[in-house]
Amino acid sequence: MQLQDKRLFRKKRPRYGEIAIEWSIRVVSSVSILVIVLIFLFVFREAAGIFNSATEAGSTLQTIEAETAGKSEIHTSDNDDLKPEIYNPDSGIETGEAPPANLLPDLQVATTEASGKSEIHTSDDDDLKPEIYNPDSGEEAVESLISDISDKPLQPSKSIWQNLAGENWQPISEEPKFGVTPLIIGTVKTTFTAIAIAAPLGILAAMYVALFAHRRLREIIKPFIEILAGFPSVVIGFFCLMTVASILQDTFGFDYRLNSIVGGLGLAITVVPIIFTITEDALSAVPKSYREAALALGATEWEAAFRLMLPAAMPGVIAAVLLGIGRAFGETMIALMATGNAPLAEWNLAAPARTLAATIGAEMGEVIWGSTHYGVLFFLGALLFLVSFAINLLTEVFVRRRLAKKFQGS
Amino acid sequence: MTHDATAKLRAINFNVHYGEKHALHDITLEVRPNKVAALIGPSGCGKSTFLRSINRMNDVIEGVKTSGSIEIDGVNVYDSYVDVVELRKRVGMVFQKSIPFPKSIYENVAFGLRLAGNTAKSELDEIVEQSLKRAALWGEVSDRLDKSAMGLSGGQQQRLCIARAIAVNPEILLMDEPCSALDPISTAKIEELIEDLKSSYTIIIVTHNMQQAARVSDVTGFFYMGRLVEMDRTRTIFTSPAQKETEDYITGRFG
Repeated sequence: MQLQDKRLFRKKRPRYGEIAIEWSIRVVSSVSILVIVLIFLFVFREAAGIFNSATEAGSTLQTIEAETAGKSEIHTSDNDDLKPEIYNPDSGIETGEAPPANLLPDLQVATTEASGKSEIHTSDDDDLKPEIYNPDSGEEAVESLISDISDKPLQPSKSIWQNLAGENWQPISEEPKFGVTPLIIGTVKTTFTAIAIAAPLGILAAMYVALFAHRRLREIIKPFIEILAGFPSVVIGFFCLMTVASILQDTFGFDYRLNSIVGGLGLAITVVPIIFTITEDALSAVPKSYREAALALGATEWEAAFRLMLPAAMPGVIAAVLLGIGRAFGETMIALMATGNAPLAEWNLAAPARTLAATIGAEMGEVIWGSTHYGVLFFLGALLFLVSFAINLLTEVFVRRRLAKKFQGS
Repeated sequence: MTHDATAKLRAINFNVHYGEKHALHDITLEVRPNKVAALIGPSGCGKSTFLRSINRMNDVIEGVKTSGSIEIDGVNVYDSYVDVVELRKRVGMVFQKSIPFPKSIYENVAFGLRLAGNTAKSELDEIVEQSLKRAALWGEVSDRLDKSAMGLSGGQQQRLCIARAIAVNPEILLMDEPCSALDPISTAKIEELIEDLKSSYTIIIVTHNMQQAARVSDVTGFFYMGRLVEMDRTRTIFTSPAQKETEDYITGRFG
């Protein structure tokens, strides 16, 4: 007996394969978490540049100026040349040190010389690469200088905060203005339009498919709507730009062909499948017996659907709408193509709009590395990040709490 | 069986077909007002089908065809002019599984009233309290009416469903194995409740529990293979049934 037992347990052997798989899963998941955190950090660090320079500009600049008092001719020429026309070929020639495109490295030369760290000088050649912000190369000083330069043409007292709160978005002009108000208004406008169109459509379609449609019909409708979710947004954007805009203008006589209604309609096309799918799942998860019990109490089919099934699925429906908002909020291509892209601080839905995401999409390609404009674009990115994060958090918390409260009693 | 003019419910040669399947054969029975009628029989014998035919809950199932008539107060519920929604307001139903809605206890009871367009707060309050009292639940939940009904115990949930059904003041109350998922104590409470409710409603109860049928009902019908084998006073059925099949079933020789 005892012998048999022993034989039974002697078969223990290490399962190397499983251990390897377990560990690789762990590594992969931690790497993905790390990557997300790093992206967060990167975006926020780049965006923080504009605030750092704004707050530290005063003190840093003074010391730099003091130290470079002897070499003021470089400094002053820089200051003048680095006005909005930062790529003005003249300025490069005037400084006589580098070709026009090298202006930023120039700056660095100025600062490094000023602080007497000549060894960084050697990195000059590399400076044209993206790593211009390598912390080693005196990032703070460069940043402060740049911001100082681009801020200077404005009223000296105007801080970056005041600039951001402004009503004009003119990042490339004599006096660059980085007012995000029109962008936020544009984003809210288009998102609102998109949800106002997509939420009723998506929810009603989901109710029809989940509660009323014949099973065979459901199996046709459901995949078709869900295919929409995988539609490339550039195609939808193009379609809106070319076709929908004209149709809407001919029908309603808009002053502007491209406006936030056209853009919102385009966004709605991408948002409907999201709201539909999640709402449909939520409604299907409600026990069918509820419907029967409601009918037995003298409810009509619609009363049962609206008064009982929909409220019972409400956490899911709210999650669906919030996720739809998140999608509309961050969608870039359609917003870029169909909204008219004019940063107007105007609440009129029939006027063009420009969204935060579209601004980044449109301007990131031609922005100067390390300029205030660059920092502000990252600031917009951080703003998008935060709002999406807040929406997702809200979804999670709301749904969890509501579900818990509703279905587990209190 | 005599044709009684005072019958609350009367089925005459009532047939149900589920597609090819002939589920009910020529059911003819009567239930007098303020009586409790128990329907017994083995699973699949058609007693639930008959119950669901009374408030036309079978309408929603595809491929169901009926013939013959079920009359309530002399009106055939299958007549074309009968509004099924109004019918269901007159005929309340309690299901086998308690189905509390994911709402507060108060809203559960008020659900049918709100459907009927009854929204005056004071009136709702009164009817909700009355219904809960009649369902013998008031004492247990009066301090937490605004809490979720999902937090009640199984027996409380079933009594809540009864309160919900009687809140709309139906004339007939259909109960489809209301105690099959409950423990003996909750079952006893519901049986007591049925006894009390009898004074106001006509109750038809489907049950697998023959002791229960014997305890609560005035008349008992035995269904077998889609046919009503026998229906008589409960005492008669359980002591000296006329049909051999009934006797076999009651004494546990089959089913």
